[in-house]
Amino acid sequence: MSRNGPLALLFHALFILYMVAPIAVVVWVAFTPLGYLQVPTREWSLRWFHAIIENQEFISSFWISLGVGIASASFALLLGVPAALAIARYRFPGRGLLIAAFLSPLMIPSVVLGIAFLRFFTQINFTGTVMGLVLAHAVFVMPFVLRLALSSVTGMDRSAEHAAVSLGASHFRAFRRVTLPMIMPGLLGGWVLAFITSFDELTMTIFISSPSTTTLPVRLFNHITQTTTPIVASVSALIIFLSIAAIVFLDRIYGLDRLLIGERQ
Amino acid sequence: MSPILRRAAPYWLSLPGITLFAVMLFIPLLMTAALSFYTFDFYRGIEPTFSLHNYIDIATDSYFYEIFLRTLWYGLATTALAVILGVPEAYILYRMRSRWRAIFLLAIIGPLLISVVVRTLGWAILLGNNGLVNQAMTSLGLPNISFIYTEFGVIVALTHVLVPFMIVSVWAALQKADPLTEKAAASLGASQLTIFFRIVVPQAIPGILSGTLIVFSLATSAFATPAIIGGRRLKVATTAIYDEFLNTLEWPLGAAIAMVLLAGILLIIVSYNRLIERRYAQVFQ
Repeated sequence: MSRNGPLALLFHALFILYMVAPIAVVVWVAFTPLGYLQVPTREWSLRWFHAIIENQEFISSFWISLGVGIASASFALLLGVPAALAIARYRFPGRGLLIAAFLSPLMIPSVVLGIAFLRFFTQINFTGTVMGLVLAHAVFVMPFVLRLALSSVTGMDRSAEHAAVSLGASHFRAFRRVTLPMIMPGLLGGWVLAFITSFDELTMTIFISSPSTTTLPVRLFNHITQTTTPIVASVSALIIFLSIAAIVFLDRIYGLDRLLIGERQ
Repeated sequence: MSPILRRAAPYWLSLPGITLFAVMLFIPLLMTAALSFYTFDFYRGIEPTFSLHNYIDIATDSYFYEIFLRTLWYGLATTALAVILGVPEAYILYRMRSRWRAIFLLAIIGPLLISVVVRTLGWAILLGNNGLVNQAMTSLGLPNISFIYTEFGVIVALTHVLVPFMIVSVWAALQKADPLTEKAAASLGASQLTIFFRIVVPQAIPGILSGTLIVFSLATSAFATPAIIGGRRLKVATTAIYDEFLNTLEWPLGAAIAMVLLAGILLIIVSYNRLIERRYAQVFQ
């Protein structure tokens, strides 16, 4: 294959700068000793990281986001895997509709989902509950879980499963001992992707979180629009570090390109 | 298993998921659609009527006209920029050695997994009046320009957030392209630029088309970036909905704006898919 010319490499360098600059600048500003959002040049300080600990509210929001993320990703997986099995292995009336329904949260703007849940929860007196957040997030992350579960179920070789059944294993036992271990990497990848999606979600959640159930992105957004203290940068820097850890982990267990692009060609 | 049980199996398997979606998605969306026909009164609150006046307000008020026009403009400009930046970058990545490619691919699609709020904060810092972009411009002797709270700033930040989707789908299309066609063109004396525009781009078209659709629909439904970079003055559909629901509390009107946004995006997705299927049916086989 021919190599990239100097112009192409210049374009590439500028593009990578464009992609990395806003993320790097947040980390940089997080170490400022000043009281406003300005990049530090002479002095560095951990002042705004200390402020996170003193100011508990970001920490409690972190725990809420973590809990909602784990619960909603797990719940979506629990409901999504059987549905993926049905879609991948059977041809039945309503199959196309089912796929469209499960993938629809990707096409509906998050803001529309947010007001729909807000309206629904107010009507049934369910506002401001963590349970409500978990259920809403489970719907929201279902497409990610389903897509990865579907691609692992359709991609797997069924002969081992048929062998287990012909040797006398029940269908459930064959699923638990043969199928499940085979599709595990895909399910784990789907779970992590669903967790990250839930953990990062702002637009829908901002409508349904209450003062006592404020998730981390919502807390951060409210701070950014109302104040200019660098605590938003130090919190963001920690989110960036955590995200990088998650990205590297996902890349190791599943392959980032496969996760986001689809099957490797 | 008996034949009847076997025929019912897919329904039993998907029943829990269907139940969740019926209760937690279908019903809330229907309620919101109904809400858009209700009336809001400052003293009596929301009244369950059936009236089209929210929609008539949206259709006749130039205030909403401007909001939807700006939403559309952000969508089109971001999509165009994503094509201009994303297609060449995907091709450059495609031609790299796999070692380097893996690293840069991680740097480009990794940010998709970092919260949009965090990435937008980065742009707010960079584009601010005393931000790095302005400091760099001043040191080069250029005038100090305010980028934050401008449409240009929103588009630059939105493109940063969404261009990875374009690269991902163009990349996937290039994987299916035949590398020999480039060699053939080169051996026949075509220049690099000719090869890119006449050989690479046509083969990447299915990827460009699906990337365009993703970027456009996400740009028109973006919230955090227009809210933080655009500020209160440069409203788009999503920030207008937010204001109606959480500030002025005119829920029926907010619901009507949301229904218009939803219908607009779904209409574009469906008609675009039709168009692509008709034109490029053989490409997707």
